[in-house]
Amino acid sequence: MSKVGGRRFDILVVGGGPAGMAAAACAAEHGQRVGIIDDNAALGGQIWRGQSEPAASKWAERLRSSGVTVLCGRVFQQPEPCTLLAEGENILHELRYEKLILATGARERLLPFPGWTLPNVMGAGGLQAMVKSGFPIRGKRVVVAGTGPLLLAVAAYLQKHGAEIPIICEQASWSRLARFSMALLGHPGKIVQALQLKRELASARFSANSWPVAASGEGRVEKVTISQTGKIETFPCDYLACGFHLVPNVELPLLLGCQIQNGYVQVDDFQRTTVTDVFCAGEPTGIGGVESSLVEGEIAGLTAAGRIAEASSFFGRRGKLRRFARSRDRTFRLRPELHSLPAPETIVCRCEDVRYSHLREHKSWRAAKLQTRCGMGPCQGRICGPAAQFLFKWNPDSVRPPIFPVRVESMAGVSAPANLELTTGGRE
Amino acid sequence: MLSQVTMTVNGAQIVVPSGTTVAVAMAIAGQACRTSVSGEPRGPLCGIGICFECRVAINGRPHNLGCRILCEQGMDVRTNE
Repeated sequence: MSKVGGRRFDILVVGGGPAGMAAAACAAEHGQRVGIIDDNAALGGQIWRGQSEPAASKWAERLRSSGVTVLCGRVFQQPEPCTLLAEGENILHELRYEKLILATGARERLLPFPGWTLPNVMGAGGLQAMVKSGFPIRGKRVVVAGTGPLLLAVAAYLQKHGAEIPIICEQASWSRLARFSMALLGHPGKIVQALQLKRELASARFSANSWPVAASGEGRVEKVTISQTGKIETFPCDYLACGFHLVPNVELPLLLGCQIQNGYVQVDDFQRTTVTDVFCAGEPTGIGGVESSLVEGEIAGLTAAGRIAEASSFFGRRGKLRRFARSRDRTFRLRPELHSLPAPETIVCRCEDVRYSHLREHKSWRAAKLQTRCGMGPCQGRICGPAAQFLFKWNPDSVRPPIFPVRVESMAGVSAPANLELTTGGRE
Repeated sequence: MLSQVTMTVNGAQIVVPSGTTVAVAMAIAGQACRTSVSGEPRGPLCGIGICFECRVAINGRPHNLGCRILCEQGMDVRTNE
């Protein structure tokens, strides 16, 4: 049964990844009373995931020494202006703030293809997260596929932990990858990272122009069929780690009324959204990676604390990182052939088991939702929404509270009998 | 703190290192986390609490996100039907 915990902050930061940590520390170091809330047990976001990397430890120490209040919970609703509700374990947080910094991060884009719902087909970052959570991957064969810089990092991580990587399949073409390697020249740090990955993965086969066309197996994935420049090859495996770059988590910004442009939260030079006193930093403003998230977090935190001049000293660095991010987006843009990944019977919405053939009869996301329940399960369209956006050019841009399934007692804001602990958002 | 945790997955006893998530315990036990609305077995997908594919019943309570909950001594985890 939940108790209600009321808190009041000058500045509240939602999201404890690099952007949120930087924003919270910078604001608190300038005398603001700052709270940061994240739905993971440890700060660091998906990229640091509570690991002891030097940069992560440095920011964690700045948070500690500046007196930031760290809370664990999942923000699901804004009951009134300058107040957010978050569900924690056995507690409902009622968080009041003067200024709000959104640092809600990103998730993998996952695309449907025949067999993608089989157990052991996971996001690339998803499988890495499982291994970081204790899953023994040693001796397992993992096909890594999809697109984006995350693939190589995941493959190297899994291999280091004993996995066998038969192939890494990147949908981007060699010519695009070659152009991207030229863009690396202006970023010596990234060249070092790239060379290190290349060295670590020297024994793994890397194939461009390649993507999975089917996964199959009895009760779990046992083999993956790959198209490589039109040639079809099948690889036996224990896992398929497959992600198509990242999409931003914009559900909370949308709920608060922030303007979204081309899928990203619109911000000005000082990371201010179109809603007064609401800032946004990191991946929701454009997929940029950890360095970009940190610098945007610093700008947002300093601005929210009234340190405009200090904030603007970071503009040059942010600009350079953004230019690099744009070049990366171009490199890993999804190729049109991927539109034909799903077969008619392929499930697109995994929560409600809605198939491709039923979706393509409709003209909009809204019509598909109403007629098929697509996007109306517990994930609320977080997985099938970006897929439908790519496959059908639909724009899944409406959100309703609660933006995550929560306990009925959290919705009511009061204690409820234990036997009423249902979730909302799903039909089960 | 114990270095290992003994628990049951669909009635079968397993031992996992402490700090292991429930989703990982299901994967080690080779069990599906949930059964989909059309009857398919499903396992974890996103690994970060977004996709809800890893929801399991824990100690009789359904719809827990396995990837976000740590295994505890004596926990009874079942595939979410």
